[in-house]
Amino acid sequence: MISLAGRDIAHGWGKFVLTGLGLGLLIGVTLTMAGVFRGMVDDAQALLTNSRADLWVVQKDTQGPYAESSSLKDDVVRSVRGMPGVAQAANVTYFTMQVKNDNGEETRAMVVGIEQGGPGVPGYLVAGRQLTRSHYEAVADIKAGFTLGQRIRIRRHDYRVVGLTQRMVSSGGDPMVFIALKDAQEAQFVKDNDAIVNDRTRTASNPAFNRPGVPGLLDAVQALQTSSRNVNAVLVQLQPGFEAERVAEPIRRWKHLAVFTRAGMEEILVAKLIATSARQIGMFLVILAVVSAAIVAFIIYTMTLGKIREIAVLKLIGTRNRTIAGMILQQALGLGLIGFVVGKVAATVWAPVFPKYVLLLTQDALIGLAATLLICALASTLAIRAALKVDPATAIG
Amino acid sequence: MKAMTQLQSPGGILIEGLRKVYGQGDTAVEALKNVNMTVGPGEVVGLVGPSGSGKSTLLKCLGAIIEPTSGRMTLGKELIYDNGWTTSDLRALRRDRIGFVFQAPYLIPFLDVTDNVALLPMLAGVPNAEARRRALELLSALDVAHRARAEPSQLSGGEQQRVSIARALANRPPVILADEPTAPLDSERALAVMRILNQMARQAQTAIIVVTHDEKIIPTFKRIYHIRDGQTFEEVGQGLSL
Repeated sequence: MISLAGRDIAHGWGKFVLTGLGLGLLIGVTLTMAGVFRGMVDDAQALLTNSRADLWVVQKDTQGPYAESSSLKDDVVRSVRGMPGVAQAANVTYFTMQVKNDNGEETRAMVVGIEQGGPGVPGYLVAGRQLTRSHYEAVADIKAGFTLGQRIRIRRHDYRVVGLTQRMVSSGGDPMVFIALKDAQEAQFVKDNDAIVNDRTRTASNPAFNRPGVPGLLDAVQALQTSSRNVNAVLVQLQPGFEAERVAEPIRRWKHLAVFTRAGMEEILVAKLIATSARQIGMFLVILAVVSAAIVAFIIYTMTLGKIREIAVLKLIGTRNRTIAGMILQQALGLGLIGFVVGKVAATVWAPVFPKYVLLLTQDALIGLAATLLICALASTLAIRAALKVDPATAIG
Repeated sequence: MKAMTQLQSPGGILIEGLRKVYGQGDTAVEALKNVNMTVGPGEVVGLVGPSGSGKSTLLKCLGAIIEPTSGRMTLGKELIYDNGWTTSDLRALRRDRIGFVFQAPYLIPFLDVTDNVALLPMLAGVPNAEARRRALELLSALDVAHRARAEPSQLSGGEQQRVSIARALANRPPVILADEPTAPLDSERALAVMRILNQMARQAQTAIIVVTHDEKIIPTFKRIYHIRDGQTFEEVGQGLSL
């Protein structure tokens, strides 16, 4: 038996392909939306993976350092290093800012203060070297657009880019710029000169701090006000054989800190931080699916109504309802297939152009294909019903 | 399932006391009152009647599209509508035992000429190659084999009608119902179609009923059934040689 659907498609292929193209662009948008969500999740996971930490120690009662602000004194790390099961621990600071290059162009980046050799240091470089000096050197993600040797400005100081890394991004997709911890502390916490002068004046005018009988007190207080001893988190690597939760528990209990394992941090980043965005994208996906279904249903229904006389003739000459329904179903599935191929190609072509990471997974494509075919099959039922209602006597008149 | 009642009818089609009533009670309309017809194998008869006489209803009953209220209809040796016929049986009957030729050819626009003709045997389960071979034979007999790969829209009106006749003959049915097959054609082409129908009837021993208003072809019938107010009356025709 010949394929009636195939012949009909071949006969009016131009109309069919153009319709499939339109549907395909819609499917392309749908696949891209799914890719945007996957990209957000992947960015969040990359952030955690690249920190190479097993535990995140943060300020008590916070879910820092990525989802909430967290502030710890930088000597907390010493007591954490002494806890059982801890192999390495290092301070880290994170802050997002506009970083200027030597041409005056600004790039939004997450500036990360790291301790050399500890967790938090970028795991691999695509060019250049790691930080070796204590000050004014930076390693940047290539997405920031900086080049080796370029000078960039962070707050008051210039830094030279000595290394480039890849896929080091914040949960929001901003590229990371790594600098030495001391520099980062200064950049993040140190006040500007006017504020320091103002604070010194106020402290000096306070008789409690400016006691003639206690020399050195005022200097000590003022030094404290201008120092920057805070960090956002302590990243911990475990010794082999130690379970993360069992190491975390005593730190929580005895150090009065919040500690998150990798799973806990993923929960915060994926389920909480990007939850609203995920729901937003989910809503778009539902709307796009409904719109696609409506378009396919309308197209197939219109195409079927245009063939009422032929369907009546087919029924009159003894064609089974099954064959006619199969023809319409195959056309709907064919339309979906063309649309999916166009959509997949379109999404693949335009995904790299998006400013944020769009991750197109094969698994999502397969789910998309199944959903497309299901939607097309459901959408064809309206046309099939119309075709099966056609009276063969219509052919006679 | 249909009851395969075997009767001793001479082949062709035999209709006795056929009635069809639409609706019930006060709104009932008796479209066919007492229709009696016999068309033997190889015979072409005319069915003539004014609008509203019951022609279309009779055609639908003969074509196994609607079931008559009462009466007997025998196709070859098989009694149709004896209470055991399902929709599926009637569909198979239309596919395998009855050929249709319409006023307009109604060819399937997305199939080429060969496949338009071969479709019926294919639907009946004949392998594609055999169905196409049979289609080409018929197209050749009807002198349209040279358009075998053409699309219906590329054919002239006369060619399209010849293809539709080939389609009607494709499953070698014992009966062909032709509904105004010459209406859109000029005299020459109308007579050519009648010549083909007569030739095919003789060759395939097919009983052909031609429903027509067309004065040009009425003289070609040897027998004519007139239908008026749901009743048929037989008349001997001129049977002009084609």
